[in-house]
Amino acid sequence: MNVIETYASFIPLYAVLASLAAVPLILLSTRYPNLRETWTILAAAAKFLLVFSLVPNVLLGKSAVIVIMELSPGICFSLKADAFGVFFALIASGLWILTSIYSIGYVRGLNEKKQTRYFTCFAVCLSATIGIAFAANLLTFFVFYEMLTIATYPLVIHKETPEAISAGRKYLTFTLSAGVILLAAIGWLYSRTGNIEFSPGGIFDSSITLTNIDKILFILFICGVGVKAAIIPLHSWLPTAMVAPTPVSALLHAVAVVKSGVFGIVRIVGFIFGPYFMHQTGMDQLLTIIACVTIITASLIAFAQNNLKRLLAYSTISQLSYIVLGAALLSPASFTGGLLHLANHAFLKITLFFCAGAIYITAHQENISDMSGIGRAMPITMTAFTLGAFGLIGIPPLNGFISKWYLGLGALEASKPLVLIVLLVSGLLNAGYFFPIIYRSFFSVSPKHNHYKEASPLLLIPLVITAVFSFVLGLFPNLLLHLFDMATTISHSVIGVTIK
Amino acid sequence: MISNNIPVLIPLTFLVTAILIVILGSWRRFFVHPLAILGTAFSFVVSLYGLTTVLSSGTIRYHIGGWIPPIGIEYVLDPLSACIATIVCGVALLVLIHSRVSVESELPEKVIPFYAIAMLLLLGLTGIVVTGDLFNLYVFLEISALSSYAIVSVGEKRAPVAAFRYLLLGTIGATFYLLGIGYIYLLCGSLNMADVSKLLAASQINPALVVGIVLMIAGIGLKMALFPMHGWLPDAYSYAPSSGSALLAPIGTKVAAYALIRMVVYVFPSEYVQKDLPILDILAWLSAAGILYGSVMAIAQSELKRMLAYSSIAQIGYIGLGIGLGNALGFIGAILHILNHALMKATLFLVAGNLRLKIGHSSLYQFESVIGRKLPWTSAAFTIAALSMIGVPPTAGFFSKWYLVLAGIEGSRWFFIAVILISSLLNAVYFFRVLEKMYLHVHPKEDNTEMKVAERDEVPASMLIPTLVFAGLILLFGLFNVAIIDWVIKPMILSNP
Repeated sequence: MNVIETYASFIPLYAVLASLAAVPLILLSTRYPNLRETWTILAAAAKFLLVFSLVPNVLLGKSAVIVIMELSPGICFSLKADAFGVFFALIASGLWILTSIYSIGYVRGLNEKKQTRYFTCFAVCLSATIGIAFAANLLTFFVFYEMLTIATYPLVIHKETPEAISAGRKYLTFTLSAGVILLAAIGWLYSRTGNIEFSPGGIFDSSITLTNIDKILFILFICGVGVKAAIIPLHSWLPTAMVAPTPVSALLHAVAVVKSGVFGIVRIVGFIFGPYFMHQTGMDQLLTIIACVTIITASLIAFAQNNLKRLLAYSTISQLSYIVLGAALLSPASFTGGLLHLANHAFLKITLFFCAGAIYITAHQENISDMSGIGRAMPITMTAFTLGAFGLIGIPPLNGFISKWYLGLGALEASKPLVLIVLLVSGLLNAGYFFPIIYRSFFSVSPKHNHYKEASPLLLIPLVITAVFSFVLGLFPNLLLHLFDMATTISHSVIGVTIK
Repeated sequence: MISNNIPVLIPLTFLVTAILIVILGSWRRFFVHPLAILGTAFSFVVSLYGLTTVLSSGTIRYHIGGWIPPIGIEYVLDPLSACIATIVCGVALLVLIHSRVSVESELPEKVIPFYAIAMLLLLGLTGIVVTGDLFNLYVFLEISALSSYAIVSVGEKRAPVAAFRYLLLGTIGATFYLLGIGYIYLLCGSLNMADVSKLLAASQINPALVVGIVLMIAGIGLKMALFPMHGWLPDAYSYAPSSGSALLAPIGTKVAAYALIRMVVYVFPSEYVQKDLPILDILAWLSAAGILYGSVMAIAQSELKRMLAYSSIAQIGYIGLGIGLGNALGFIGAILHILNHALMKATLFLVAGNLRLKIGHSSLYQFESVIGRKLPWTSAAFTIAALSMIGVPPTAGFFSKWYLVLAGIEGSRWFFIAVILISSLLNAVYFFRVLEKMYLHVHPKEDNTEMKVAERDEVPASMLIPTLVFAGLILLFGLFNVAIIDWVIKPMILSNP
């Protein structure tokens, strides 16, 4: 177990509270949309800056800690901004700024009702996400995890159509069931070891005898967080939730919910159970198999989708398991690759969803078969889409290539060459379902799309930023956010071996 | 000096207030409600003072008439009874503040009897809590029961029938209890709780004792609506007037639960209830059955108060389960849930009362306009209470379940853990259904007619403020549950000889 240096600071708490503080302001400004939206943007900027200010210390190996109060005798509600927490929080808060700008364009473009509820819930969701990122122990994590479930529900049912409401019910069924399983698992772990603090490298070491019962405990944990992480067979809420407005899908699928799920899995694998436990009980094999099955199966199902958002949903399910795979292989390169993919997939997927939303707003099309020639009407959008798709396929010099490269290296380090084959096949499958979209949009001809123009700047600028950033991150992985350095630091703390 | 009299002041205030309400109320109806509030507030302040005194200086004992126990009747304020008395008086105070407009609108010609009987109900309930004598408990049990029958009977059309059924079953329960203490008296020669507990500890278990113990527990269990003796509850809570249900539901069954805890943990020696007779085990199993039964039946209801009534049966099950698990964590979970459920159910029934005032009914499928828009604060309070019932952190409801789950893990009772967790999901089903009905414009699955968007028409402040205070307390007591455990609940465990 590696010891991190800690120092007391209020900044993690302020980062969590920044958007909660905006909630009453948003509610009060309901009659003044521009003022209301200003609060959202201000809160997002504040949050990002607060999280960013933690980066230098984290790179030096120091984590900000704050103990808020005792939640249960012996267990505190506490936040710790360690490298992994800051890594995730940075991505979440940075992308929230862009999603907020995009949301403003989107909901106004569609003249959606209930905009105040929308922006309020977004703010609460982001608070919960940062809370998940900075949670120092499993109980704090659980509080924010459930808060995220409740806060995202009104966003999923936003349109209030019968499909939306039934999608919301399915979403709650999956996430609340996972929540109770997670609660039982946390209680059991607490009873078993008396310790539910996140520690790099895990809390199990050779002094604890491991039995078969502990395997069940691990599986319960994975089921508990696996629903949000959309591992098969716990994934089916995700495509159904596509009925939400596109910025919500972008947020759920790039930033908040699903990334919280895989964040949870990596926390559990690397910071609770640890490499020793995983190797001893063979759970690393199990998780690797689950991840590979998810990667391949979800990509295959994506082929059959005509609705663009559903295709992107299945693509997300597949890509999330890259991160799970990186954690499961438990080698330095694979762990780094998984973490980088957490960041890279966020940027790439959000680009794709932004494009899907822009197409929906201008051309009112949701199905790929109706998108012939749209690339010529909306060249910027579709170029961004192409960049995003290439990144997910893993074509250099986009950032997706780097995370896949490290995952491949990690597979070899962990002596699992079959995983390499899975990665290659999945890359081909991704190409298989993305290329037709790109081809059709640029090279097919359809008269009805001729008179469309690009979407409004509020929609266009965020998607250009994310697309370009993905490209630039591929060339300079450490640019601006020091993501690569943080990923290697985290890897090192969990697995314990330095990598170049 | 006053502190020695606290145990008797708490119930006595209600008796005096009841008489004053009748006398002064017949002269001027204006006096009725303020008198009720004053009396309850006084009792609440006294119980709070009593709680702080007990926690700092130890148990207070009061001998009625100066007669020394075990001949005389003794009132005892120890951490457990002080805590429950405070909860009862505090909840009653807020509910009675809320009740002014509600009672005026639902029972305009029965205001004086309602408040007088409400005071007698509180007399009975607080009397049960502070008394240290087994027969005296029976007296107060009957006082509270008769008052509750009366309160239930002035409700809707079907209320008298519901009240009569409650009367029949309640009398049977009380009689069981009376028979039980009869056996105990014959065997021990004493009716004082502390005395009986010493005498029982010194003797051996014998068939007569078994009968006595079982009868007492059965009697209290019926009052508590422990499964399968819950049959009186749904009708009684649904048909009682709104303020009546709001008084009965949060505190009535809790006081019976308190009596059960008092018997099982403090009076009966622990070998009797754990090794010689599997009482705690049976209690746990019956509670688990109640939890599942109540949750499932609640899903099938279309009227809010009836749904909450079945939900109460389930929640009593949590308390019973906590006791039945038999370890310290279970005890903590049970006591915490007594507090938390009182707050949650009070909020929920006050919301039902608010709905009845503004739209005339609380049937879920007959909402014509969007309640979330019409009664936004009421709906917000309902949402917080609903999340707490489901067990979403950091509301209070989550923490009681957390401790119960930990208690179950400690005793390796996996089935009970599963029951607790599954019931959380079942709670989510019926509460989210209500939230959907309250907030959404379109009815899912049924005809897609839009609901009318009504103007905001929130209930008056005297009704809204208690509702919101309860909702706020749910959050507060959730976050600060450790303070409650450390200062109030742990002394209860330590004071158990």
